[in-house]
Amino acid sequence: PVLLLEPVPQNPGPQNEYDLLVIGGGSGGLACAKEAAQFGRKVAVLDYVEPSPQGTKWGLGGTCVNVGCIPKKLMHQAALLGSALKDAQHYGWNIAQPVHHTWSLMAQAVQNYVKSLNWGHRVQLQDKKVKYFNMKGSFSDPYTIRGLTKAGKEVSCCVISAILPVCSQIAGALEYGITSDDLFWLKKSPGKTLVVGASYVSLECAGFLTGIGLDTTVMMRSIPLRGFDQQMASLVTEHMESYGTKFLKRCFPTKVEKLESNRLQVTWKNTDLGTEETDSFDTVMWAVGRAPDTEALNLEAVGVKTNSETGKIVVDASEATSVPHIYAIGDITEGRPELTPTAIAAGKLLAQRLFGQSSELMDYDNVPTTVFTPLEYGCVGLSEEMAVRCYGSDNIEVYHAYYKPLEFTVAERDATQCYMKVVCLREREQRILGLHFIGPNAGEVIQGFALGIKCGATYPQLMKTIGIHPTCAEEITKLHITKRSGLDATVTGC
Amino acid sequence: MKNLLNMLKVNGMLGNSEAAKYEKKVMVLDFVTPTPLGNSWGLGGTCVNVGCIPKKLMHQAALLGQALEDSRKFGWQFTEEVKHNWMTMTESVQNYIGSLNWGYRVALREKKVTYENAYGEFVGPHTVKATNKRGVEKLYTAERFLIATGERPRYLGIPGDKEYCISSDDLFSLPYCPGKTLVVGASYVALECAGFLAGLGLDVTVMVRSILLRGFDQDIANKIGEYMEGHGINFIREFVPIKVEQIEEGTPGRLKVIAKSTKGNQIIEGEYNTVLLAIGRDSCTRKIGLDKVGVQINEKTGKIPVNDEEQTNVPYIYAVGDILQDKLELTPVAIQAGRLLVQRLYAGATSKCDYVNVPTTVFTPLEYGACGYSEETAVEKFGEENIEVYHSHFWPLEWTVPSRDNNKCYAKIICNIQDNERVIGFHVLGPNAGEVTQGFAAAIKCGMTKEQLDSTIGIHPVCAEVCV
Repeated sequence: PVLLLEPVPQNPGPQNEYDLLVIGGGSGGLACAKEAAQFGRKVAVLDYVEPSPQGTKWGLGGTCVNVGCIPKKLMHQAALLGSALKDAQHYGWNIAQPVHHTWSLMAQAVQNYVKSLNWGHRVQLQDKKVKYFNMKGSFSDPYTIRGLTKAGKEVSCCVISAILPVCSQIAGALEYGITSDDLFWLKKSPGKTLVVGASYVSLECAGFLTGIGLDTTVMMRSIPLRGFDQQMASLVTEHMESYGTKFLKRCFPTKVEKLESNRLQVTWKNTDLGTEETDSFDTVMWAVGRAPDTEALNLEAVGVKTNSETGKIVVDASEATSVPHIYAIGDITEGRPELTPTAIAAGKLLAQRLFGQSSELMDYDNVPTTVFTPLEYGCVGLSEEMAVRCYGSDNIEVYHAYYKPLEFTVAERDATQCYMKVVCLREREQRILGLHFIGPNAGEVIQGFALGIKCGATYPQLMKTIGIHPTCAEEITKLHITKRSGLDATVTGC
Repeated sequence: MKNLLNMLKVNGMLGNSEAAKYEKKVMVLDFVTPTPLGNSWGLGGTCVNVGCIPKKLMHQAALLGQALEDSRKFGWQFTEEVKHNWMTMTESVQNYIGSLNWGYRVALREKKVTYENAYGEFVGPHTVKATNKRGVEKLYTAERFLIATGERPRYLGIPGDKEYCISSDDLFSLPYCPGKTLVVGASYVALECAGFLAGLGLDVTVMVRSILLRGFDQDIANKIGEYMEGHGINFIREFVPIKVEQIEEGTPGRLKVIAKSTKGNQIIEGEYNTVLLAIGRDSCTRKIGLDKVGVQINEKTGKIPVNDEEQTNVPYIYAVGDILQDKLELTPVAIQAGRLLVQRLYAGATSKCDYVNVPTTVFTPLEYGACGYSEETAVEKFGEENIEVYHSHFWPLEWTVPSRDNNKCYAKIICNIQDNERVIGFHVLGPNAGEVTQGFAAAIKCGMTKEQLDSTIGIHPVCAEVCV
């Protein structure tokens, strides 16, 4: 979440204090600031966290570090270790029952690590001589930011928080519900939890809550993981169901009330059955999307255009907004993937273009990503439906396979949803359009292949690559059954 | 009894039901000569029975031991004392292998490939004699032959080696816990076995004659050794055993090992429950009658030289797998070579097996994935001034909370400056190295350059992103 200022040399006004002012100390902002500082520029970063409705706040580093990728992956790991404990017994480890999980031990460990990262970022900024202000503010004119410290004093610069979880508008939602902004900082276990939403945030959180032993339900209004390959999305949710997460499909909540016991009573409508249902939970978490907080910035006053529907800032291929010296990168920009690595890369390249004579633009194509649900889903490139839409089903070929990770065999784990597919053009060189993998360590598997796709990898090149044995990833180099053939796509043999 | 066959696989392995697809009459002869200690196994070859598969499963058991410890830091609570039961693990592993042996027999039957559990050897042109367990002999003739006899562990040739020592052929089905173990050797077999035995809680020592992982990048080999030492595995460097004596019989018993320094006259003694020899493997090419049909082998190594179509010097006899001279001893290479060979012979295909840039992974406690040149081979081939090495240590996110092994993981990429900074070597030392390396191997096959690597976006937070 970043807005940047750059002085126009012809500005007749007083000397600008900084060459670059970065608003938002998240993945993109920090990357850009540090890169610009390498070129000897005077850079300042403004970062301020508006407390969540429940009062949660955090330090420097943005969403990823504090309430996103990092705590998410660590809690996901805690859940995976729960499965590992079960597996271990099949592999000969004698663990006396009962085994149980204590939320506060995990939360404290995760929170401590996040705090060390906050500290690390502050030290890094200091080392690179980037000035850091923990303050909030808005544009007062195109070259000046009015800042408000916690005490409300006016200073000459400011900060915004770009993108926040959206809360439902129904009765009781804001008062009694939490979001991902709060979940990772809870001191006590959330207990029996209802997660409302079908985004990856919803599924990832519901996944690890289930994994650490909590009674967890996901309420989805329509389809899971909108925007992702829908066949893969179904496999992900199917696995979660067999893993123990409960699903309320095609339902939406109508009200949340607090009971005497302090539990929350949620009422919802089931659109399939046309009925109204109700149940009580200890925690209700909203994961129904994220929206930018651009109002606080006062962008209108300086003429920065935003998308009327989403509220996100409109930028061109060089991350420039409608105002020449103001740029934007990261989740707050319209039409960009909302991912940490893209924000970081875009931030670095922007700094290199502004101060380092580079002209390289950010390439937003074929950005790989991974959904860290209990059975992970990694992908790069087009979904099957998008490929069909772009090229026509006659012009694409999908090779696929159901496989079983070797480690699941002795552990007697169900591998029904372990699946992969590669979507290629059918003609001539058979260029790969998309690769999708569900299984353990999906991120590790996909990363190298994303690189291959960047190099224009074709299906024959994939087939020429020899597999590493025994791994899950090698199955990608052995994909040979097409969907078109209708043949059984289950991998047999060792 | 004579049968005319199109193709006969001598002492063969998986992956060759390919020929049967083209409606050729195929027979597979597979026979396992028992180990000195009397161990044997079913259809499938080394990988399935005494290689990749049981190795990875036992490695997984060891990793799970570490996971147990990590889990406490992530909030899981259970008794302090956790012990490992060797028999539970081994039984599960052997059951799984049994299912694979069975699966192969079924697959061969379904594809109408004749299978005989018999030892095959050439007795004359186009003719093989098959001898089964009971000594019954049969003769078979075929149009073509494929030799895929693989290798077996080498012994030291010292007093007590065959009587008291075990090899990887015995380890994975050992009916008792090996206890305090001495692993002799510095191969990946030695280090992988030492690694998982230690991970299961056993007292492990590795005796190394000279360097670790000969042929692999030595910088990384040393890091692997350091990591293993840091995790409680003892290394005795520059010694070789000269005698193994039995102190006490048992399961396991007690053995005395006497070793001599390679650098002088120093003699040391040690007591162990088990001695595992992992000093190399020898091709099974000396007793299959190759001289009767004129197939040339390298007399010194026993390996068979072939052309780029896996053909020996005798036109109707082919060979694949570990027995090939100057080729990598890896399962996927053998499978690929075998499959493409059959497609060329019977389906009019022309693709040859691409042996360049074959990726591999060493499943030591800290796993090592590699593809392409090691740093020293790159320097040798291209000259130090013409290569650029980019490297980084990294700390997997999952290791932060348990606070372990900071700065041990490592990745390096070797580029050829003269060829547009093309990536010619990829090395990663860290968890799930195999999964990480596979995709990069595909990218290297596409000729990736450093620039393309730089422009690829990372997936966050995973280990692999450190490489882009």
